Amino acid sequence: METQDQTSNLSETLPVISLSGVNKWYGDFQALSNIDLEIKLKEKIVICGPSGSGKSTLIRCLNRLEAHQEGTIHVSGIELHERMKDIDVVRQDIGMVFQSFNLFPHLTVLENCMAGPNWVRGIDKNEAKKRAIAMLEQVKIPEQADKYPEQLSGGQQQRVAIARSLCMQPKVMLFDEPTSALDPEMVSEVLDTMIELAKSGMTMICVTHEMGFARQVADRVVFMADGEIVEQNSPEEFFNNPQHERTKAFLDQILK
Amino acid sequence: MFVDTVIEDKALHKPAFLIGLFVAVLAFFFAFNFTDTFFGEFLRPVIGEPKESGFFGRLAVSIVLAVLFVLNLFVISFFKLKGQIAIVWIELFLLFLAFAYSFDLKMSFIQSRIGLMISQGLFTTIYISAVSIVIATVIAIVGAIAKLSNNGFAFAIASFYTSLFRGLPLLLQVYLIYKGLPQIGFMVDAVPAGITALSLCYGAYMTEIFRAGIQSIPRGQWEASRALGFRFSLIMRKIILPQAVPIIIPPTGNQFIAMLKDSSLVSVLGVWELMYLARTLGQRDFRHMEMLLTAAMIYWALTIVLEVIQARIEEKYKQKG
Ligand SMILES: Nc1ncnc2c1ncn2[C@@H]1O[C@H](COP(=O)(O)OP(=O)(O)O)[C@@H](O)[C@H]1O
Ligand SMILES: [Mg+2]
Repeated sequence: METQDQTSNLSETLPVISLSGVNKWYGDFQALSNIDLEIKLKEKIVICGPSGSGKSTLIRCLNRLEAHQEGTIHVSGIELHERMKDIDVVRQDIGMVFQSFNLFPHLTVLENCMAGPNWVRGIDKNEAKKRAIAMLEQVKIPEQADKYPEQLSGGQQQRVAIARSLCMQPKVMLFDEPTSALDPEMVSEVLDTMIELAKSGMTMICVTHEMGFARQVADRVVFMADGEIVEQNSPEEFFNNPQHERTKAFLDQILK
Repeated sequence: MFVDTVIEDKALHKPAFLIGLFVAVLAFFFAFNFTDTFFGEFLRPVIGEPKESGFFGRLAVSIVLAVLFVLNLFVISFFKLKGQIAIVWIELFLLFLAFAYSFDLKMSFIQSRIGLMISQGLFTTIYISAVSIVIATVIAIVGAIAKLSNNGFAFAIASFYTSLFRGLPLLLQVYLIYKGLPQIGFMVDAVPAGITALSLCYGAYMTEIFRAGIQSIPRGQWEASRALGFRFSLIMRKIILPQAVPIIIPPTGNQFIAMLKDSSLVSVLGVWELMYLARTLGQRDFRHMEMLLTAAMIYWALTIVLEVIQARIEEKYKQKG
């Protein structure tokens, strides 16, 4: 397939994801204004900003769970638009982790992880199972493989969700506040998993307010407010030397 | 449902409640005067000729009945839940039998016709219902998906269909299909006409049940599936329907049970199913009650079978999640 070739020929210098002049409205309300952003292979981006600033909307536009109305979004060189035929193929290469886990409750942990490779990647059951077990080992819960999601703690469920995405061997991983729904003592187990993933060279875009995580793994921190990117910088610069008043106010609040 | 962990005192063990209950039941039995029934006869040694026992006899019979009633409840209250349910079921069933028995039924009449009722009537009823249920289920899945799609044609056709077929009495649909289609050149036999009417009508109700079931699955399931690159049909088959099924089983079971009995409407077309035989077999000998009650028991037994199957399926899905 043509699209497959395009994604596999990806060069290190080209951006994996690029947005230019993206505008999005919900009815009359503008949720994203004039977003320009480029993300290179293996880059780790942290997006933060006050609630309602458009972080989820932005990240959900990247695999077209939401539609943008103006501007262009390219993923692996393929433009995302309304009339595209192969959005499913593009999505298979983009992993996404949700705030509310969204595991499939009627499938076991193992089946959750096997589903994608087996159903849409055309990988046979044995192979998919091997891969699923390997990924569950990577997120450190191989022993839960035969349980159903509701039998796991929140932190475990989120790690399964990460494993489920990794089983598709994605080129990019999107995280939308992956630790916000967790009890405090479970946040670190999920963050540790994400840190390891970052070390393995995964391209990651994370919406999160975990500033320790941002300092440790982010190549760039993007600050959003009112649907706009207010500033973006390396973590050092971002935390020690914020440029805008809004950024300062936000950091004051969140680091208090 | 949540059953509270604190046990309240049983009302039946409070003297005030018992006395109140007794008075109410006594008033009931007194008002309906049971002196010229089996119970009056039973008390003949005490009250003399029941018909002439007057106020005293009426009161005596009422008191005996009320005492038996309250005592019965009091005793039952000491059993465990399952025992209570079984005893009350059996007692109600015996009351029903006593009611049927009071019609002076001729058992030999029933025995001579029950064979035909089962081999012809029951068989036809089950055949019509089963075929209609399968067709209605298929219609409902397609209808529900059409109603949820954003394809204008699909939605319009599906909503027109459910509106029309939920809007007409089933009996009218049966007649329209049986008598109407031949007028525009389609001859239909009675059985296919009945099956068509039942399938279309119940397909419409079940479309709504399936639609609601599918809609009750959280949006996050769709989003996670889409994010993995699943296509619509795959999401439906593997993610949404398997989760919707446990939700739609109880109301669907209800529809199956209702359809079983609505299949009796096909009797107006002269199809020899249970209801038709129940109406006609007893006619010549003026033995209506025998046949009607026999049919009633057969319908009831069938319903119980369906209820048990439904409970089994519900249990199976409960264990899995
Ligand atoms: N489906 C929707 N319909 C209408 N408004 C929406 C919808 N989703 C989000 N919004 C609005 O868009 C804005 C940005 O939302 P969101 O991207 O979820 O913010 P964040 O993730 O930064 O908290 C909010 O004001 C929100 O109310
Ligand atoms: Mg959000």
